[in-house]
Amino acid sequence: MKYLELAVGSVLVYNFVLSRFLGICPFLGVSKRLGTAMGMSGAVIFVMTLASCCTAAVQRYLLRFNIGGKEIRLDFLQILVFILVIAALVQLVEIILQKVSPALYKALGIYLPLITTNCAVMGAATLNAKAERSVLDSTLFGFFSGVGFALALLLFASLRERLELSEVPRFLQGTSIALITAGILAMAFSGFAGFC
Amino acid sequence: MSMVLTAVILMAVFGAVLGAVIGIFARYFRVESDARVELVTELLPNANCGGCGKAGCADFAKAVVAGELPPGGCPVSSRETVSAIARALGIEAGEVESKVAVVLCSGDDASTREKVLYNGVNDCVSASLVAGGPKNCAYGCLGFSSCARACPFGAIEMVNSLAVVHSELCVGCGKCVDVCPRHLIKLVPANAEVNVYCSSPAKGVEKKAYCASGCIGCRKCGKAAEGKFVFNGFCASVDYNAAELPGSDVVEKSNCPSGCLRTRQGHLEKEYAERDGVTK
Repeated sequence: MKYLELAVGSVLVYNFVLSRFLGICPFLGVSKRLGTAMGMSGAVIFVMTLASCCTAAVQRYLLRFNIGGKEIRLDFLQILVFILVIAALVQLVEIILQKVSPALYKALGIYLPLITTNCAVMGAATLNAKAERSVLDSTLFGFFSGVGFALALLLFASLRERLELSEVPRFLQGTSIALITAGILAMAFSGFAGFC
Repeated sequence: MSMVLTAVILMAVFGAVLGAVIGIFARYFRVESDARVELVTELLPNANCGGCGKAGCADFAKAVVAGELPPGGCPVSSRETVSAIARALGIEAGEVESKVAVVLCSGDDASTREKVLYNGVNDCVSASLVAGGPKNCAYGCLGFSSCARACPFGAIEMVNSLAVVHSELCVGCGKCVDVCPRHLIKLVPANAEVNVYCSSPAKGVEKKAYCASGCIGCRKCGKAAEGKFVFNGFCASVDYNAAELPGSDVVEKSNCPSGCLRTRQGHLEKEYAERDGVTK
């Protein structure tokens, strides 16, 4: 039950893009084609899950420890350490993928380094730390948040592909109609508010 | 104090460990990349203009090495660069037809009357949306330098509210062609010395009323150089697909009454002269 709540909560109710407004940059940047949106979604789910797992472990075991019975809390280093960990992690994954699985490397391609310091990934890490989740819970939260991001991105990309074929008044063409569409989509998602 | 010290030590150790791990992995998981791609990228102009149709110079280099595109596919490269790339790869250079952009309009402030005063956004698309722009001619250059801003090489200059191309700077990437709302800019062969600087198919009498240098469709140029010009309504144009392009002598021979048949150099000189006349 707890995990169901976590899943529904992070995919629909507190959707990273449409409720928390994090990760708007890739949301607008790579949503022109469904194909690229899929690549981006895969990369985000991948990185978010891994990053949540690692940062939760760091938060739990590295930033709080005892020296001679004295507890030391280094929470103020959180953002600094998280950036370091996530960047190193993505770099590492990229190096390994390139060698081990060139196909996956090609599919995730440029998106992997792009989202290294994406605010959605950072957001998942800091939210985990704030909620004091365990490593397993954090990993699940990261995964479901990534799925939520993917859902929003794929919906939006499909909408934009349709928009390309429809007749949009000249003054609304391009980014303006995209932003309006994103707003309406966010409004639709606000219908889930208070669900859990 | 101990807090700060621990923080500093922790961060230093952390950074060093992560760096070492990445270093070790980078060594053991190294992937040999094609050295030829790097070589070709280095030889290319690296302007990343996208004129070849690829995302950038590195992308183009990859396509060349893979044999998808000939080295001559880069519009910016000089003949020497292209042959250097071909030599490095041991392949044929491929035909290079260098092109330059021309703005086919001569309706500057001196020759075209303005119907209204436009005070809006300084951009051609915006201006053309407001009652079709400030100039009387519905086909002419609007003069708000959208193309000049789009040019990555600074080859377009605004003279007298008219865009003119400096062909020695133009590499023919075609960026300006897409931004012009009037579709006045054309990529023509670099050896096309002579152009008709008018694109309006409107009737000659009509054009004469508001533009001193609009083509009136008298067909004198067509008679002076048989088969080298085509006519669209009342507007002549050099037949760029013809086997032979008209030489610069055709300007004198045809004695164009409106003066829109000009050599590229002559066009520049005339516009400069008119600008200096206007400002005085």
